[in-house]
Amino acid sequence: MAEWFVAKASELKDGDRRVVTAGKREIGVFHKDGAYYAYSNVCLHQGGPACEGMITQNVVDVIDKNRQYQGQVYGDETHFVCPWHGYEYDLKTGECIGDRKQKLRKYEIVKRGDDIYVVA
Amino acid sequence: MDMPRNDVRPVELDVFSTPKHLEHASEQARARNYQDFLIVDVDSHHYENEHYAEVFEYIESPVIRNEAKEGAGRRVGWLNSQVGYQNTGGRIHRQKFRGKEKAKPGKHADIMLTLDWMDAMGVDYCCMFPTPMLFLGLHPQVEVEAAMCDAYNAWLCERILANEPRIVSMLYLPFNDPEAAYKTVKKFGDKKGVVGFMVTSPRYRPVHDNAYMKTYALLEEMGKPISFHAAYSWDDRSLQMTNRFISVHALGFMWFNMIHMTNWVINGLPVRFPKLKVMWIESGLTWAASLMQRLDHSFMMRTSDAPLLREKPSHYMKQMFYSTQPMEIPEDKSVMESTFKMINAETQLVWSSDYPHWDFDLPSTIYDLPFLNETSKRNILGANAARLFGLDLKPVKRIP
Repeated sequence: MAEWFVAKASELKDGDRRVVTAGKREIGVFHKDGAYYAYSNVCLHQGGPACEGMITQNVVDVIDKNRQYQGQVYGDETHFVCPWHGYEYDLKTGECIGDRKQKLRKYEIVKRGDDIYVVA
Repeated sequence: MDMPRNDVRPVELDVFSTPKHLEHASEQARARNYQDFLIVDVDSHHYENEHYAEVFEYIESPVIRNEAKEGAGRRVGWLNSQVGYQNTGGRIHRQKFRGKEKAKPGKHADIMLTLDWMDAMGVDYCCMFPTPMLFLGLHPQVEVEAAMCDAYNAWLCERILANEPRIVSMLYLPFNDPEAAYKTVKKFGDKKGVVGFMVTSPRYRPVHDNAYMKTYALLEEMGKPISFHAAYSWDDRSLQMTNRFISVHALGFMWFNMIHMTNWVINGLPVRFPKLKVMWIESGLTWAASLMQRLDHSFMMRTSDAPLLREKPSHYMKQMFYSTQPMEIPEDKSVMESTFKMINAETQLVWSSDYPHWDFDLPSTIYDLPFLNETSKRNILGANAARLFGLDLKPVKRIP
């Protein structure tokens, strides 16, 4: 395992991300709501750039106490979306939303002073 | 020895480049040695609406041409469209940002943009189809479908196919006007790059209507395949009951082809036109295996409903061609293996990408299947289509 430089913390603003080439691996590094997350940038579906698409909140069907549908709202869960086909992943866990048994490989982030590294 | 690399780049959503977007596809192409064998994409698309100003000039009738030019871009369009949100609320971002990409100089922009994605994926030849015109079979004015189809075919032959040997097409047949369909085959059948003719499936004309027999006979005589390209219609009475795009798309892209296939077989068209090659496009594969079993089961009890058939319906369906995309890939691959066996995939299955549409498939969807040997993979990815279209087996792509 080696540590691969990602960015200066001061340069990776909250809501921002980077794609790091670490040897033969591509890793997407996200900074969101004060936390850092790093995942393989290869989609579990057809190998698309999983970490390079839209970031969005989950969509929720609102069902009332009578079990009747009352429309849709955005929920609290943050997803990143593979831009090739729309596979969605949970930012906090890397789980594939369509089948949570499947997960993107997760990598550890370390901070040394103002420098952020991903361990791979 | 390779030195470790540590490149870091930002993610720029609003900057779009096809080679960059498909960089991982190119990695797959290099890793799987696609440069060593032929890959033919039997179903890909361009956005012909971006060139309507050019296409409209090819409309023969001065009255209809004027209506087209004056009607374009108005509040109520001259051409019909469909309700839908194929880009899944912006999640498929190439559909949002592809307009920012500038084609390389050289040939027509659609040639250059098409060659870019073909090379990136490792594709040698592609069969190009339109996009909004997939719904033209639902236009209420038959003469508009015929006029627009004639103009588009002329534009495609002159501006695209004549200038790029790696792009071929099965030309749009104006199926709501049987006489115009016949004339279309006569007029364009021998043009460069025309490898067959295509019927857009969403429409309400039965394929067994006697009015089409001379067109089928002509196609059979010319050795050109007829294909049925699926699409959905949210205006269809049954599909109107669905409330999400996933539903109308999943059902609609099978529904119309299931009807056309059933009519085609039950009315004995494979017996009447035994040498006519028939292809079913963009319905995936599971529908065919399911329909074979369904029709065979009913046929044994009701042979009098299909007296022309000398064999069970599945016998004829196994002789037709099927494009792969959107290929259902179940967790249990043995289910898929059975489907491949049922449709004679070794000779009858032809790979398609449907790029750049939202649910496109890469060649790896076939290449990575565990139950196919190398010969079968190469047949499905290119050799079957090369035989069908009369293409050279030598690879011509330039994988970046």
